[in-house]
Amino acid sequence: MVTVNGQMIDYADGLSLASYLVREGYILTGIAVEVNGEIVLKAKYDEKILSDGDVIEIVQFVGGG
Amino acid sequence: MKVKINGNEKVTCCKNLLQLKTMHCNSADNIVVILNGFQTSDNLQLKDGDEVVLIEKGKMPGRDELEAMISARHTPHVYGKVKQARVAVAGLGGLGSNIAVALARTGVGMLHLVDYDVVEPSNLNRQQYKTKHLGMLKTEALKMELEEINPFIIITIDTVKVTESNVKQLFAQDEIVCEAFDNPDAKALLVNNLLENPQKKIVASSGMAGYESSNIIKTKRLMKNLYLCGDGKTDARVGRGLMAPRVSICAGHQANMVLRLILGIEDV
Repeated sequence: MVTVNGQMIDYADGLSLASYLVREGYILTGIAVEVNGEIVLKAKYDEKILSDGDVIEIVQFVGGG
Repeated sequence: MKVKINGNEKVTCCKNLLQLKTMHCNSADNIVVILNGFQTSDNLQLKDGDEVVLIEKGKMPGRDELEAMISARHTPHVYGKVKQARVAVAGLGGLGSNIAVALARTGVGMLHLVDYDVVEPSNLNRQQYKTKHLGMLKTEALKMELEEINPFIIITIDTVKVTESNVKQLFAQDEIVCEAFDNPDAKALLVNNLLENPQKKIVASSGMAGYESSNIIKTKRLMKNLYLCGDGKTDARVGRGLMAPRVSICAGHQANMVLRLILGIEDV
């Protein structure tokens, strides 16, 4: 079980961060992701494997300014 | 007792504002009196350490007094702190130009403005430019505006597009950075690259298009060093524009979060 944006999520343990983000429909270019308090570089999304207890914060930016 | 009058420390025997006004102004009429950030027409008692600003309406003050007068309505002790601060504004559109104006009025001592574009007519519905600026670089146009608003701040500009290859170097000197881009990928690029450095604090934005309720625009602290202002969802798109009211509300959220950070407050 991992926590994403404050919500407990099943079926994410063992997935790479990239797979999880794609599965959930995130547009990878417009987001920032923090896992356990540390920003994850976009180049590391593939190798970052989610594991039980991870706390994940995903910010999806929308256009306008 | 010692009081500050128009920025200068003075020893005075005056016991109240009326005595002070009579002693320091040619005429008691037409004078704005501000005591510790509060404009008053009451004859309040003075105490040691008070800061009083006396402004004769319609009279151009000397440069030495002007700075104290500009900041006279600040909460006491704020101005000294903001004057030492340095803030970068990345993107000088609807958000960035409004943020920069607010920070200049607040007296943030060093502003670093970054944008590559020129002012064009569709900017005027929400950005702090005027028709006389059309065709000018936003960096140069805004610098001129800010220097007229507050000539006591130092403004540096970089007229360049922010990319993966220059972003870290561009903002190397800036501990607090406002993300004020229009494009979501540009927003993410800035945030991802700068947050690698744990010394940086970013005040970013997302969701301020259209004319949805003002009250869904919030400031949230989403990561240790990432603050996000906006409603998080209302994007600019075909059929939904960007207009001054909501864009300036969001810019106000960002500018106030910057002020709080400068003052050492990390809560939203």
